[in-house]
Amino acid sequence: MLTYTIRRLLMLIPVLFGMTFVVFFIIRAIPGDPAQVILGQQATKEAVAQLTEKLGLNDPWYVQFFHYVKGLLSGDLGESLRSSAPIKDEIWPYLAATLELSLVAMFIAIFIGVNAGIISAWFQNSWFDYVAMILALIGISIPVFWLGLMEQWAFSLELGWLPSTGRENVRDPVEVVTNLYLIDTLIAGRFDQFGEVIRHLILPSLALATIPMAIIARITRSSMLEVMRSDYIRTARAKGMRMFFVVYKHSLKNAVIPVLTVIGLQVGLLLGGAILTETIFGWPGIGRYIYEAIGFRDYPVIQSGILIIATIFILINLIVDLLYVAIDPRIKYN
Amino acid sequence: MKRNSSLFVSILVVLTLLLTACSGGNKEKAVDKSETTEPKAGGTLIYGRGADSIGLDPINVTDGESIRVTHNIFETLFVYDDKLELQPKLAESYKVSEDGLTWTLTLKQGVKFQDGTDFNADAVVFNFERWMDPANPYHKGDFPYYPFLYGGFKGDPNHKIASVKAVDASTVEITLTEKTAPFISYLAIPMFGIASPDAIKKYGDKFYEHPVGTGPFKFESWSRNDKVVLKKNENYYVDGQPYLDEMIFRVIPDNSSRLTALQSGEVDIIDGLNPDDADTIKANSQLSLIERPSFNTGFMVFNTQMAPFDNVKVRQAINMAINKKELIDAFYNGYAEVAKNPFPSSLWGYNDEIEDYKYDVEAAKKLLAEAGFPDGFKTELWTMSNPRPYLPQPLKIAEAMQANLKAIGIDAEIKTYEWATYLQKTGEGEHPMALYGWTGVMADPDNFLFPNLSNTNIEKPASNRAFYNNEEFTKLLQQARVTFEQEERIKLYKQAQEIFHQDAPWVTIGHTTPPMGLAGYVQGFNAHPMENDNFAEVYLTN
Amino acid sequence: MPVLAKRENETNELQLEEAVSPWREGWKTFKKNKVALVGSGIVLFFIIIAILAPLLAPYGINEQQLSIRNNPPSSEHWFGTDDFGRDIFSRVIYGARISLWVGLVSVAGSVIIGCFLGIIAGFYGRWIDTVISRIFDIMLAFPSILLAIAVVAVLGPSLQNALIAIAIINIPNFGRLIRSKVLSVKQEEYIMAARAVGMSDGRILFHHVLPNSLAPIIVQATLAIATAIIEAAALGFLGMGAQPPQAEWGKMLADSRQYIIQAPWTVLFPGIAIMLTVLGFNLMGDGLRDALDPKMKS
Repeated sequence: MLTYTIRRLLMLIPVLFGMTFVVFFIIRAIPGDPAQVILGQQATKEAVAQLTEKLGLNDPWYVQFFHYVKGLLSGDLGESLRSSAPIKDEIWPYLAATLELSLVAMFIAIFIGVNAGIISAWFQNSWFDYVAMILALIGISIPVFWLGLMEQWAFSLELGWLPSTGRENVRDPVEVVTNLYLIDTLIAGRFDQFGEVIRHLILPSLALATIPMAIIARITRSSMLEVMRSDYIRTARAKGMRMFFVVYKHSLKNAVIPVLTVIGLQVGLLLGGAILTETIFGWPGIGRYIYEAIGFRDYPVIQSGILIIATIFILINLIVDLLYVAIDPRIKYN
Repeated sequence: MKRNSSLFVSILVVLTLLLTACSGGNKEKAVDKSETTEPKAGGTLIYGRGADSIGLDPINVTDGESIRVTHNIFETLFVYDDKLELQPKLAESYKVSEDGLTWTLTLKQGVKFQDGTDFNADAVVFNFERWMDPANPYHKGDFPYYPFLYGGFKGDPNHKIASVKAVDASTVEITLTEKTAPFISYLAIPMFGIASPDAIKKYGDKFYEHPVGTGPFKFESWSRNDKVVLKKNENYYVDGQPYLDEMIFRVIPDNSSRLTALQSGEVDIIDGLNPDDADTIKANSQLSLIERPSFNTGFMVFNTQMAPFDNVKVRQAINMAINKKELIDAFYNGYAEVAKNPFPSSLWGYNDEIEDYKYDVEAAKKLLAEAGFPDGFKTELWTMSNPRPYLPQPLKIAEAMQANLKAIGIDAEIKTYEWATYLQKTGEGEHPMALYGWTGVMADPDNFLFPNLSNTNIEKPASNRAFYNNEEFTKLLQQARVTFEQEERIKLYKQAQEIFHQDAPWVTIGHTTPPMGLAGYVQGFNAHPMENDNFAEVYLTN
Repeated sequence: MPVLAKRENETNELQLEEAVSPWREGWKTFKKNKVALVGSGIVLFFIIIAILAPLLAPYGINEQQLSIRNNPPSSEHWFGTDDFGRDIFSRVIYGARISLWVGLVSVAGSVIIGCFLGIIAGFYGRWIDTVISRIFDIMLAFPSILLAIAVVAVLGPSLQNALIAIAIINIPNFGRLIRSKVLSVKQEEYIMAARAVGMSDGRILFHHVLPNSLAPIIVQATLAIATAIIEAAALGFLGMGAQPPQAEWGKMLADSRQYIIQAPWTVLFPGIAIMLTVLGFNLMGDGLRDALDPKMKS
């Protein structure tokens, strides 16, 4: 187990290094000059040339790459070209915003998805089963950005129930400590703002949760069905144990593995797929941060941003794999 | 078949629900707009905008969103007012020597920076030293506007400033190396806000996160891509001002979402309104609509060195084929003046005697035939993918122009690139026709004409994206640059506009007057043509 | 990678059973699966619409009439008009062509390249396998939409380049699938025996690997088409796909979203079209999986 973990962690290194390399080249292949964009339309040719030199963009690619990687190894993510701020200072608020949104979305997806899956399996072929599974099918087929637009239109423009953009009531902000506003409002003891933060989270997190929710519901249902047909559940039922207890205790434990896999994969989608959701709901998250950086050709920001997302994604999947063992001793590692 | 039908029914039910939801409308309560004449102190104003500031040190930024904020923290020595007239701000008056080289500025007295230190001649000298001297320990950053105006930094052969001296506490003497008529207007450019020397020394290269100036608002906090919070400067030198306690600039990237935020009271002022949404604001009795006076031009450049656009008749024919009026009505919702000259009529030197090309499909076809293209030709129409202030909906403008061109037989394929790529590729002259535009930073026709049309700027990467090469035209611009008499300059620029009209290197489209939405209780706001909005006099009546 | 020991055994048993007549068996199961038939019906419906678009659409995709901008649905314009006064119904119909084209072609590209790389990795093993597998790992660690955005940014925005970008991001899925098939076939005792007496790789490939992999590839491809259509729409939505005046659903959404208050129909119908098409492919893919490849069902 320990050797497996270590091996997996070691395997991370070539992947992340390769990725850094790939990103480094892809973004430099994009036409457009960072210096020109930073200086704007009015800039003179001389000013652009001067800035290009100053930003080190005239150095040969291997020098630039070496500098960047050397920085990375000493924990330096580089400096943003456009704001000249160190990325490690700049990135956390964005990352926190995305994490907050993704975690809430994941929570919704798991909570609703797993329960809907269980109930569907439990009352197989009932109307609930049909409706839930049809909704789940629609859920995996709906374009998130369209769903987001429709939510915004219905619940905020037409009905006016929920705010359409942002993270908090800006008029009365709470002091930022962690940048996770759910926590910050609690630290400040501001329960009114805590409620506001939740209200702001509902629409974007629902949009973001839809696909994982649908997938989790479907997987939970099918693995539950499989488990419920097994002998020991039948025996348990025959023994007259309370059905509810049977379902939740025994079956869930067995159904948890495929669900876990899905969760691992979906976290990656949430982190990256948040770009569209973040754009529509004005959420200052990391997806938008990177997307905007592409517009500015802010090379270090794109590189480090993608690197961080990928690292999180890979680590989460590692944790998921390790959890398998903890949950199901039948699983072996090769 | 039972299962099948239930699936279909369910889908239908969902669709019907969605569709019926369409028919609902916005309900608004009518509210009496209580007109108070007396400004009232207090309250927080939230400004909803499309993008975040890049930095908060004005000398090191070029983007409007940074300046929008810094212009309220920092003040310049002089300032352009809403009418584009020069007014003193931190300076009280100026004198210029006989030879036109030595400028003596008298400063306002009793002004303090927000950190409590004094604003005086030494502070001005300190700022100039920081801006112009690469060897200065506080010269950290790019200072892009400085060499743009003053020909380079200290030590460069073309640097225009010989010395900046403090004569006494409230007098500064600046000596130039050559006659520069618009020197005072340089001082009014908001990038040249005077910063607190103490703060610069204290924060060093982190100054862009800790700006300290003399303005009506002081910096409080900045969460990137989300909001910048400014607090009232209690010691502001104008009595009673600012009225607001707090000012928040909030980023809402999407235009429609920003409007929604205004409607729901999440923000109080928004810019970057979709022209079509202006009607939504007009219809809402709780909101009011204002138009920002125009200070830009949206246009389409021909690559005049690429066939067939090297033929003036082709260019003129296309000028006649574009229905500008209809474009502006549809995609600016009327929030633009039709453009016939390269710069807007609000700027001096505008030649109103020029008669624009008339929209006339037949005449255009005829001219095209004369040019040797009776059946039209195939070409490309380039456009940037992101909205710009002068082209709020570039893709749609391109689509409509494409249809216009089709009518005279020109088959133009639309190519879009996002901004950075676009700047590069058009600078290299890869485009046959390309949408472009310009926002003025100085109230001087030179700022519109010289970068975009002078033949000194056609070497790639070119800022003259039409690659318009007319020696006579360029001569006029150069002459106007060294002429001091205003009347004479106006004459020269008017002449230049005539040549421009004849040669038709562009299709001028429009000068936008971007609409903004305000909550009804926001008073005292004047939209500045250059977007240098000052909020000192803004107050809330709610 | 973790391996479910128990499942692995099941898999092999099923594979042998299936070998009898998997396709006929599969068709039978598929026919019985009504949800899958509905899905295929939807897909067929959109294919017909796409083919017959010029006959079905009452107006051209770029027939502008600025006097009737953003008009609500009516008897002349069933889905209303957009901000150019163009008929949304016609544009939605033509949009089917673009979305299906992008979906089918990009997935075909991913399948071909993915299979090629997967086969090489599986057969030749050693460092080639390591390199290809790491490349797949790298690609999978990317948020796919960001990778697509980057590829389009490099190539320049156009429908064709969006298609290429989508094809690229889906390659590792197919590559991994085939690679694992090759590896598992190579492990079979009879194949090991055959190799020992000199059976060529080509023969193994064509007689054992590909027949075994076809079913899962078809299933995976059908589902991938669904994803590809959404991804194309997302790129179109971000302005990095179809160019004006092409009627691409995602782009139609992007162009109309600013009118969502005044003219919700401009946003509603393209979105429904995307959803239905994707739903069709998803249902069909589900059905195919149940029919052809029951063991894939988790």
